[in-house]
Amino acid sequence: MSSNAITIPGNQIQSRPWVDELHQWVTTVDHKRLGILYILSALLFLTIGGVEALVIRIQLMHSHNNFVSPEVFNSMFTMHGTTMIFFVAMPVLFGFANYLVPLMIGARDMAFPRLNAFSFWLSFLGGLLLYFSFLGGSGLYGAGSAPDVGWWSYAPLGARAFSPGHSSDYWTLSLLVSGFGSIGTAINIIATIVSLRCPGMKISRMPLLVWMNLVMAGMVLIAITPLSAAQIMLLIDRYLGGHFFDTQAGGSAVLWMHFFWIFGHPEVYVLIIPCFAFMSEIIPVFSRKPIFGYPVMVAATVCIAFVSMSVWAHHMFTIGMNSYANSFFTLTTMAVGVPTGIKIFNWIGTMWGGRIQFKTPMLFSIGFLFQFLVAGLTGIMMAASPFDWQLSLSYFVVAHFHYVIVGGILFALFAAFYYWYPKMTGRMLSERLGKWHFWLFLIGFHLTFDVMHIPGVLGMPRRIYTYEPGRGWDTLNLIISIGAFIQAIAILVFVANLIISYFKGAKAGNDPWDAWTLEWSTSSPPPAYNFATVPTVSSRRPLWDLKHPEDPDSRYE
Amino acid sequence: MSLLRMKSSTLRFFAQTILLLFWSAVAGWTSEPNGSSSHGTNIFAPASTPAKSIADLSVFVLAVTGIIFVVVFALLVYSVVKFRGRAIDASREPAQVYGSTQIELAWTIIPILIVVVLFLATARVIHAIQDAPEPTDAVQVTAIGHQYWWEFRYPKLGIVTANELHIPVTEPGHPTPTFLQLLSADTDHSFWVPELAGKTDLIPNHPNRMWMDPQHTGVFLGQCAQYCGTQHAKMLLRVSVDTREDFAAWVRAQQRPAVQDAGAIAGRRVFEDNACMNCHAVAGTPADGRFGPDLTHLMSRATIAAGAATNTHNNLRLWIQDPSAIKPGSLMPAMKLSDADLDAVVSYMETLR
Repeated sequence: MSSNAITIPGNQIQSRPWVDELHQWVTTVDHKRLGILYILSALLFLTIGGVEALVIRIQLMHSHNNFVSPEVFNSMFTMHGTTMIFFVAMPVLFGFANYLVPLMIGARDMAFPRLNAFSFWLSFLGGLLLYFSFLGGSGLYGAGSAPDVGWWSYAPLGARAFSPGHSSDYWTLSLLVSGFGSIGTAINIIATIVSLRCPGMKISRMPLLVWMNLVMAGMVLIAITPLSAAQIMLLIDRYLGGHFFDTQAGGSAVLWMHFFWIFGHPEVYVLIIPCFAFMSEIIPVFSRKPIFGYPVMVAATVCIAFVSMSVWAHHMFTIGMNSYANSFFTLTTMAVGVPTGIKIFNWIGTMWGGRIQFKTPMLFSIGFLFQFLVAGLTGIMMAASPFDWQLSLSYFVVAHFHYVIVGGILFALFAAFYYWYPKMTGRMLSERLGKWHFWLFLIGFHLTFDVMHIPGVLGMPRRIYTYEPGRGWDTLNLIISIGAFIQAIAILVFVANLIISYFKGAKAGNDPWDAWTLEWSTSSPPPAYNFATVPTVSSRRPLWDLKHPEDPDSRYE
Repeated sequence: MSLLRMKSSTLRFFAQTILLLFWSAVAGWTSEPNGSSSHGTNIFAPASTPAKSIADLSVFVLAVTGIIFVVVFALLVYSVVKFRGRAIDASREPAQVYGSTQIELAWTIIPILIVVVLFLATARVIHAIQDAPEPTDAVQVTAIGHQYWWEFRYPKLGIVTANELHIPVTEPGHPTPTFLQLLSADTDHSFWVPELAGKTDLIPNHPNRMWMDPQHTGVFLGQCAQYCGTQHAKMLLRVSVDTREDFAAWVRAQQRPAVQDAGAIAGRRVFEDNACMNCHAVAGTPADGRFGPDLTHLMSRATIAAGAATNTHNNLRLWIQDPSAIKPGSLMPAMKLSDADLDAVVSYMETLR
């Protein structure tokens, strides 16, 4: 560890014309700016996807509601799912990876800065294409309409016979285009980590965040490829007379399901592993202890990556696979719980004996641990395929995956926002607003998604725009909808916090959390070149070594 | 194995106690104002062997996951409370512990053992349900999913009906299971009647099979569970489980051709002169369309429009006049009949008992 960064005046030129400033952002190849662009675009789409969720929840507040037509409802849940997975979760995680990976390995940028910019703009264009379907969905032949085939677009519903017009073409193209962006970013992350680590940063000394993003990027390469292939096959079916998925001409609907889920399940881990990464950085700092069992955490991550490639058909337990296939996917799916359990135990082991500081990032992290535990256990229930024959396609499964994505991924992301916002902007987020945000969101989340399990058990299928009275679903759905609005208010508090703190937040300084990884050794925000002199490290916690020369980590590794 | 079973019975006791509390709470919440309806569905109220094996397995899995939850949650709460930072500690760092091979080995091996137990319990149920042999005297039904209704054909009995499945009850010592072959005429659907069996999808070009042997009579509700298009929500499903005598009587009634009522000849003419007969069949008349439900014994059904409305005079008239008033997005077109024609065709429908 040789040096901290020097603040260079050149980074702080004030009062440029806004056109210049905009031009700088649009043409930037700086990994930090691209990271922030990814995050901002994700926040934009999060708002849109959130509004779609509220439309869904208003419609389902009581039976036989007529707030929207079935056509609008169906496009709302399709757009909500597609938006949240492809244009919120993926970009925001790529954004953090882009921002943090080079800083944490002591590099000055990503390996391919221009590929980085290209990938971002492809992803963003994908999102714009998806939303253009509201205007141009039916081309010149009628009013526009968004895709309404569900975010899996199961064959043959996506075929032209059942989905005429162009709305599902926009869906296909947006996923194809943003998929290329994801592959570009994944290649970039891998190349950066492999080739740009600073002196002393052996692969066994990388921060866990870097390790986990390396695994995530590898999974993106494997998972996105079949999705892109399937989208191209679907285009061939729709426009060149192919019959891959055209069941009326002997094609196979089941083939599409396999293609989609061999992407779709690893995708869940593509999203959750970077969140494990946030946890593995934030929990140690706020427990004031190093991560418990670093080698096992790495091994568990790699293990999850491998096993999660062989679990996809647990999304297909109801399609009539034979008993051997159902048993196999039951076993693999349950097996993935083992390394995931190890992680939860290791995080608890990290807190054990520590001095836990309940700053907002840590509050969200504890929320993550609790909710991810529940999500994992409901996952085990559905891994038992006969149980899944009842739960699959019901509101139980909707509750389960929102527990993963909101209770897990979004909570981890909020923790990451509160933790790294000071690094990105130089200002602290308000702790007071942060606590309001946390408690409101926690209450809203549990009101919505705890209760949502029950209608599933009572036979309510997902993706229905209305339901009959007298099934015992009305009261539950009303509670779920109320919770959704409480979550929406919490998000408004969060956005207010992001904006107010940007202008009025306390100055952060280089290292507001007394943390141990390299990004905290440079200024906040870091200069374009990150580090004035490239650091040298001799342990997994270079800043600990610097702050505790009498008891450095390097002595124990 | 007996040891395992003993353990599982203890677990089951705990889980059932928890579930009982849980469901009584749920029942309290969900009682609707007009709560006389017995039409709730619940996967934990099985009335047929497959649903019952699933419910038993589910209780076991719930018990195991419930215990894991309690243990890990307790650890989490304990560590958060016990190791919260206090002001006096602010200047000191706690002991830096990097890991422990023994502990980590323990929390790897114990979960593996749990997975093995859960897997074996699950595999047994998968095999018992999926690989159950079909007795030669089983009732056979071919269920065909359409956008947005169900066609039921009884190949051995020569019956075609829609949306309301009739099957016989299984009496002790005299099992009469029903085996369904599941097909689709268009998109993917899923057959789900929670209290009779788990759901199985109806996929074009991919015939599936499921079975049920209801233990008591009654009407069991369900609906399409796989998103199939605009009106997926109103693709409802009713299974009427009849006594053996009632079922035999129902079969005899369904096997007869349509009633030819001279009084309804005007309505029949409207039906056959318009496009109605292109999609609907009435046995014993020239109408033999298969795109829509068979109407030969329409009045024997309690509902129309795949369960979206009760089968009353007014609903029937409204449905024929403007299907989208009941089910927007339904593939049945509004025929734009005059009031006189409408009344005539409704009277004709009402003769089809």
